[in-house]
Amino acid sequence: METDKIHRWHDMGGQPAGEIKREEHDFALWEKRVDALQVLTSGKGYFTVDGLRRVLEDMGEEAFETMSYYERWVQSVNQNLLEAGVYTIAELAERMEQVQARGETYGECAGSGE
Amino acid sequence: MPHDHHDHSHDTDGLSPSGHPYRPDQDHKLTRWQAMEIAMRELLVEKGIVTAAEITETVEQMDRRSPADGAKVVARAWVDPSFKARLLENGTEAIRELGIEPGVLKLIAVENTARTHNVVVCTLCSCYPRNLLGLPPDWYKQRAYRSRVVKTPRKVLAEFGLELPESTQVRVHDSTADMRYLVVPARPEGTEGLDEAALAELVSRDAMIGVATARHP
Repeated sequence: METDKIHRWHDMGGQPAGEIKREEHDFALWEKRVDALQVLTSGKGYFTVDGLRRVLEDMGEEAFETMSYYERWVQSVNQNLLEAGVYTIAELAERMEQVQARGETYGECAGSGE
Repeated sequence: MPHDHHDHSHDTDGLSPSGHPYRPDQDHKLTRWQAMEIAMRELLVEKGIVTAAEITETVEQMDRRSPADGAKVVARAWVDPSFKARLLENGTEAIRELGIEPGVLKLIAVENTARTHNVVVCTLCSCYPRNLLGLPPDWYKQRAYRSRVVKTPRKVLAEFGLELPESTQVRVHDSTADMRYLVVPARPEGTEGLDEAALAELVSRDAMIGVATARHP
């Protein structure tokens, strides 16, 4: 039988799938910070959980298969904040460049963020 | 020799205090997505949208939440029938009694018995009762669990080591963005003499998702 095309890719209940991989990892600091930015900015009304999910779902199946959970989340939170007018793409690009110029590792580049 | 490391010695430094591996990118070269997180965070703080203290507090709150919170709720339900009745009636209000803030989401508690076994999933994304269990395990968010547990739950539960008799009905609950489920596992036999704190020790995260039962003492 052909894959059910009525469902969008993220609606995966009942679809064929492989073995459940039981390994787990503790979340890295940057992942927890992405989570915190989502909790705080959506809590302050800049976007909703539906906005978060819209961007995640529009990223498509390939992103789901190839990127980690918080890699997808950081993009979705960013897209929602851009749409809310919190900062511009130019501001983000400039800051990312500065961040990347600070060093090699996350620890070096995260600077005195605290 | 004092320590028998076998061939794990080279891995030991890569494990967190809880014994799980860190993500491989933790100490590696900065990724584009990490740079994005840093840049977003700095811009948000500079523009006065959030404070650095709020971010720190939110991360710390995340770290404080663990399945021990959910286990406290389950243990109370085991020892206090009137609390259990309130929990099953209105989970959101009941957990406030234990000082757990339910947030904006509705909590629905479902009870496992000899006749009924409940298991929780979020087929559309990864909705999870974080305020009771902390952050979800990786497998809860992966395609294999989300796709299969709604179709062949007995087989999936068996893969988690949980074989249920045919006489037990299996109910799979699919979460939505507006509500969360908590499974109240059955109280194990032979635990009559245990106090609430000792009972809570028997309640694992997986038992509250429904892929395991409570431990026997």
